Amino acid sequence: MERENSIEAHGLVREFKKGPRAVDGIDLRVEPGEIYGFLGPNGAGKSTTVHMLTTLLPPTAGTATVAGFDVVKEGPKVRKAIGAALQEAALDPFLTGREHLRLQTTMHGITGEERRRRSDELLTRVGLTEAADRKIKGYSGGMKRRLDLALALVHRPRILFLDEPTTGLDVQSRTALWVEVGRLAKEEGVTVFLTTQYLEEADVLADRVGIIDHGTIVAEGTPERLKSEISSSTVEAVPADPDQRGAVASVLERFGEQTTGYGPGSVAVQLSSPNGNLTEIVRALDAEGVVLSQLQIHEPTLDDVFLAKTGRHLEGSGDEEEQEQELEAEPAQV
Amino acid sequence: MRTARQPANVVFPLIFPMLLLAVNSGGLQAATRLPGFPTDSFLAFALAVPFVQGALLATINANVEFARDIQTGFLNRLALTPVRGIVLLLGQLGGLMTIAVVQAVFYLVVGFAFGVRLASGVGGAFMLLVLEIVIALGFAALGSWAALRTGSTEAVQGLFPVFFVFLFLSSMNMPRNLIQADWFRWVATVNPVSYLVEAVRSLVIEGWNWEALGLGFAAAGALSLVGFALSAHALYRRLERT
Repeated sequence: MERENSIEAHGLVREFKKGPRAVDGIDLRVEPGEIYGFLGPNGAGKSTTVHMLTTLLPPTAGTATVAGFDVVKEGPKVRKAIGAALQEAALDPFLTGREHLRLQTTMHGITGEERRRRSDELLTRVGLTEAADRKIKGYSGGMKRRLDLALALVHRPRILFLDEPTTGLDVQSRTALWVEVGRLAKEEGVTVFLTTQYLEEADVLADRVGIIDHGTIVAEGTPERLKSEISSSTVEAVPADPDQRGAVASVLERFGEQTTGYGPGSVAVQLSSPNGNLTEIVRALDAEGVVLSQLQIHEPTLDDVFLAKTGRHLEGSGDEEEQEQELEAEPAQV
Repeated sequence: MRTARQPANVVFPLIFPMLLLAVNSGGLQAATRLPGFPTDSFLAFALAVPFVQGALLATINANVEFARDIQTGFLNRLALTPVRGIVLLLGQLGGLMTIAVVQAVFYLVVGFAFGVRLASGVGGAFMLLVLEIVIALGFAALGSWAALRTGSTEAVQGLFPVFFVFLFLSSMNMPRNLIQADWFRWVATVNPVSYLVEAVRSLVIEGWNWEALGLGFAAAGALSLVGFALSAHALYRRLERT
């Protein structure tokens, strides 16, 4: 029974005629009821993987089963078992939310009273009951994404694919979607395969994370395990007197290796011990007579994992900050 | 439903051919005095043209929307349902058939209001609707092929002038036997659009001309078959789903 909700891929490859190997030999297994976060920068191969697993694109090589069905040989059975909200909320601007649900339920063979009941239930669940009879062109990005999710759920799929479901959404809409996705997995046992370029999303939502870069999975595990395996905490200190920067560095280097990428005027070290003692660091700095204007401890992030595995920062982390700054200036539209 | 909610998609294919008809029938009425011209009403002669123009306009508009569905991923959403690909294509073409019938009825009513009476009678009106459906299916299938092949709204819009060149190089404004320029008469003779126009026209001004109808249905049927085969192949390539 459990196998029915799982996703498995072995050596999955997709090569495009005049392009690179978008997916280059992926192996993965997603357990029933699990939220699997597929994290990677733009162009890493996330969407191509989703297209193959949802039967929209045949793999060039390798095998994959979804809900126990082979994605190549049993495409129609896979499609019956899955729901998918792909990268763009593909909605018709001239139809209303309710009309979209009517179309989607009809395509899945749900008719009559069951169709009406299911549509109402989903509209309520995604908070679109009041907007149900409005045309999509008047919906905000968050509303479109929520309707997209509702459409993916009309036939009660056992497995849900979400391809960057929160890209471009404001913080409020993003959080609302996370809550609903979490509820689906925890309360209804739906297996969720979620691609994202947002570190926070993978960290908060996913039970397990696969990090993909250039078509291959470079790391996989729970967010906590990945972070603890790769790095320990980083301590960043800013001396009150910039001339004391050297003294601060010499003290901190006793506790770990100096690292870069932090604020100007600050000194940062990655602690050699995973559970580095902040109290000892403060005492050592005090003993040297150093006065600090700031002292911070940074926990490792999935970006640190990505950096350690690829030598680069995850592109999306920069985009995300920029986007959030822009969104803060505008009122939420949900 | 979508088409009905975009007034430009409905009104333009209804009004534009009527405006052209008004201009042509006013300006070219003198042509009816040519020896051998089949009727003394240019309006009745030219009423066939809107049926072909309207089918063209409606299918271009609808297929631009279809290309947009591909661009936005809406087609992928439909492809993820258990519905077979060919049914998706038939659904797209079926919607266009409905629009074509509405248009044809409108043109008939306008023609009737301005004094045109079908020589083939009420039965001819029904035959005209059937012919219009097949004509629209031909253009719609070719437009769907362009949309599926390219996934580009611009490419579908680019078909519009191509189709119109075929229309203008047909017997839309003059019976073929009265076209003076040899090259034009030859082009109009090999142009399948001439046979579409002439089949509609025969029902309006001649009655039951089985040869004209046969050629019209053959041309429209061939366009439909070729267009549908191309569209089905393009759909298969577009939806590479397993």
